[in-house]
Amino acid sequence: MSEPVTVRLTVNGVAHEGRCEPRKLLVDFIREDLGLTGTHVGCEHGICGACTVLINGEAARSCLMLAVQANGAEIATVEGLATGGTLHPLQEAFREHHGLQCGFCTPGMLMTALDLLRVNPQPTEAEIREGISAVLCRCTGYHGIVKAVEAAAKVLVPAKRV
Amino acid sequence: MTSEGWIGKPVTRVEDARLLTGRGTYIDDLPMPHAHHAAIVRSPYAHARILGYDVRAALAMPGVVGVVTGADVAAKTKPFAVGVTSPVHYYCTATDKARFVGEPVAVVVARDRYTAEDAAELVQVDYEPLPAVVDPERALDADAPVLHEKVGTNLANHRRLVYGDPDRAFAEAEVVIRERFRFPKIGSTPIETYGIVARWDPIDEVLTIWANFMGPFIMHPLTARVLGLPENRMRLIVPQDIGGSFGIKTSMFPYIALIGLTAMTTGVTVKWIEDRREHLLASSSGTDRVAYRELAAKKDGTILGMRFRWYDNVGGYIRSPEPGCSYRPLGNYVGPYRFQHLEVEASTVMTNKSLTGPNRGYACGHLYFESERMVDLLAEKLGMDPVAVRKKNLIATDAFPYRTPTGGLYDSGDYAGAFDRALEMARYDELRREQAKARAAGRYVGIGIALAVDPSVSNMGYVATALDPQFRAKPEYLAKSGAMEAATVKVDPLGRVTAILGTTPQGQGHQTIVSQIVAHELGLTPRDVTVVDEMDTFTRIWSISSGTYSSRFGSVGTSATALAARKLRTKLVEYGAHLMSLPVDEVEWREGAVRAKSGKGASYTIKDLAGRGHWNTESLPEGIEAGLQATAVFHFDVAKAVDEHDRVNSSNTYGFIAEVMAVEVDPRTGAVKILRYVTVHDAGTIINPLIVEGQIYGGALHGLGGALYEDMQYDADGQCLTATFMDYLVPTACEAPTIDIAHVSSPSPLTTLGSKGLGESGTMTVPAVVANAVSDALAPIGVRINELPINPSALWARIHQAGGPDMAPRTPHSLGASRETRDAPRSAG
Repeated sequence: MSEPVTVRLTVNGVAHEGRCEPRKLLVDFIREDLGLTGTHVGCEHGICGACTVLINGEAARSCLMLAVQANGAEIATVEGLATGGTLHPLQEAFREHHGLQCGFCTPGMLMTALDLLRVNPQPTEAEIREGISAVLCRCTGYHGIVKAVEAAAKVLVPAKRV
Repeated sequence: MTSEGWIGKPVTRVEDARLLTGRGTYIDDLPMPHAHHAAIVRSPYAHARILGYDVRAALAMPGVVGVVTGADVAAKTKPFAVGVTSPVHYYCTATDKARFVGEPVAVVVARDRYTAEDAAELVQVDYEPLPAVVDPERALDADAPVLHEKVGTNLANHRRLVYGDPDRAFAEAEVVIRERFRFPKIGSTPIETYGIVARWDPIDEVLTIWANFMGPFIMHPLTARVLGLPENRMRLIVPQDIGGSFGIKTSMFPYIALIGLTAMTTGVTVKWIEDRREHLLASSSGTDRVAYRELAAKKDGTILGMRFRWYDNVGGYIRSPEPGCSYRPLGNYVGPYRFQHLEVEASTVMTNKSLTGPNRGYACGHLYFESERMVDLLAEKLGMDPVAVRKKNLIATDAFPYRTPTGGLYDSGDYAGAFDRALEMARYDELRREQAKARAAGRYVGIGIALAVDPSVSNMGYVATALDPQFRAKPEYLAKSGAMEAATVKVDPLGRVTAILGTTPQGQGHQTIVSQIVAHELGLTPRDVTVVDEMDTFTRIWSISSGTYSSRFGSVGTSATALAARKLRTKLVEYGAHLMSLPVDEVEWREGAVRAKSGKGASYTIKDLAGRGHWNTESLPEGIEAGLQATAVFHFDVAKAVDEHDRVNSSNTYGFIAEVMAVEVDPRTGAVKILRYVTVHDAGTIINPLIVEGQIYGGALHGLGGALYEDMQYDADGQCLTATFMDYLVPTACEAPTIDIAHVSSPSPLTTLGSKGLGESGTMTVPAVVANAVSDALAPIGVRINELPINPSALWARIHQAGGPDMAPRTPHSLGASRETRDAPRSAG
């Protein structure tokens, strides 16, 4: 066990400072030290994708990273998507198209889909499937998720033009 | 919309807003500020005698508060009751021996998880490795290593069940088909793993358990007994959200005992969250099974009888509710077919693999894979179309309710209608023409069909089939039966409605469904209804069958909810009539209010009645119970104990599934591509088609995983080869098919709303339909699928054994009875 180190990062636009062991995983830091339990842990070996967050705008596994490695980073988690009482269009599309059942993979799925739509704002169905294949869902058979991402793309693209 | 009209509507889910914004409450999210953390030490050996433990180094580590070993477990707990008479001593950890890789041997408790895991590595366990056995047939050989010396054999349970006169059916048969099948060990691997928090109050002697467990079910009394606690001193609280289960979380009860004991021993609140490796090594899965099947038929395709001989591999110990793997589908062993003669020889075998239990489709994926392959083999042998053979044998639409020879009571159905619908949607005749063209062009295109009776709401009495009738006839034997659920609907003083259930949903949207039903019955909108559906064994009404498993909520939970709402409505009508000074038969409940049938005079809405009924009890009619609430307990009268002839109605409602799938096999790679997939379901009344579609898609992908990818593999020494998601292949979005879904509806006469469960759906049919389609695709080169999963390497090997992709198509050879069998099946008749 090493001495605790200071970690400073921004999550959903809010600056945080915490002290933790250098070996602490980023996902544990987010969940335990910052109390943001929306990000989930499903495998701790980088396959299931439930812990996916955006780090400096790009999707990344928070279970494969140490908190100290994220020092100075801007992180976005599922808690930052909705504004006030209004769901983000992607969240709204997931609700409309039954893109979730148990909801456990959902935070990782949303952050992954957000990254996909940033890189490829008008993906084909095949591209959506490829894009979200980074996250495992055991409930939905992915059908509702694919529909939701398709629908969100339609809403988000014109919105960006404004 | 004010009254009626909420049943059958695709209402979006009330659960979604919290889950989409990261505000769900899963077990790992519960605030437990003073909890210590557990790390479990697990056996690296598949089979080893435990000679001793040295925990000094672990205890010396700063932050460690205690270590519990198998020796403590043996001294302080009892073994779990098992569902068989064999003297299998199954404790919540290994005690004398470890019997599978990953079996818990000790637990370390420390101030945080990181420290606990460090200290777990310092626990020294002295093992004497023993030879291992992993194959269920090999385990029964006389020279095989024996796991449990007190049992003296690896056979945990054996039953021979006879219905009708199968010997005569086989003697009279004009055609007999025999085949051997293997079904893989599949775990549905919910993305949220097991999690438990235990707190012991030594003054009041209450153990409080928070767990993402889907019971209480029969496991609550079993676990309390193991810990020596009265049940009303072991409080189980299930958090609002569970991250999937698919049956797997039924089997976490040994960990409840273990973490509970750890809390009682160390005196601190103990939290344990399983990691993925632990989950894949040691949580639960369905059984891997070797099956020998025989089918007797007439030349016109009429099935006369069948014989099943099963070897179900339950791993190192038989854990309750096993041997349900053999008996859960007992009432629907015959599937949708009319034949009356059946012999089942079920062997439950212990080997050095991880333990088994319910897994979505519990035993039905196995059953229909074998049965539907046999029907196709019969069609092939007779030169008949697989559709024609099935139609020849279907239970007729006018035969419902239909009593099966094994005791099942199929409550309603229109199997021919649903099957026709599937064929029509798949454009079956056109598909066959396209297939002929593709074959002529050298492509390997196949069409598969699978039919299944979809059982829901297990009658927990079926498990007793494991015991022989002589044992069950003893006066001291207590018979078992039942399937119940309770619901309470109440109106608060300001006139809003809350419904309370003790179900444990894992993503099935119970809150949404309950809000729809209550709104429907009381003339409200779903938004007017708050639903609390969390289990707390200290506050909810529950019994031995309570929990969320065997697709039961859609039948039994919905029935209890509707009954409670109706009971409340009756009370409100009576109260309203009293306020209006009218006889009850002159008023009615219409558009959310009590109104005079004449249309004249005042009316009273729920809000009006709540304002008076709560605030002024003097206004209530004489003899009525105060308080505006109603509780209903629904149970099925058709859930009876197994009879002396081993007949039992193992479930309570029975839906139906008809599927058609077209695939193309790439002979160069062994890859299977789904070209078309049609599924038609009959689940009676559908309450929310959106949720139903989600269940069908999800179930189908679990079925596809088992058919094509998933397999918990072990080497000959019992080392698990699939302990990460890199090795245990779960389908991603790229492998998921698009499905053409349709419904026919034969409402159940047994449930309040006519609904039946359908949560397991495609897990029962997809292994069969894929195997049939791939066999049909490869019929020109004589490759028939009798083992799953059909992953590319396995299929490529089969194709190359048959001469490879370049060989000219040839006529399929006839089936040899002993092809690929190590143990020749019994001869017919």
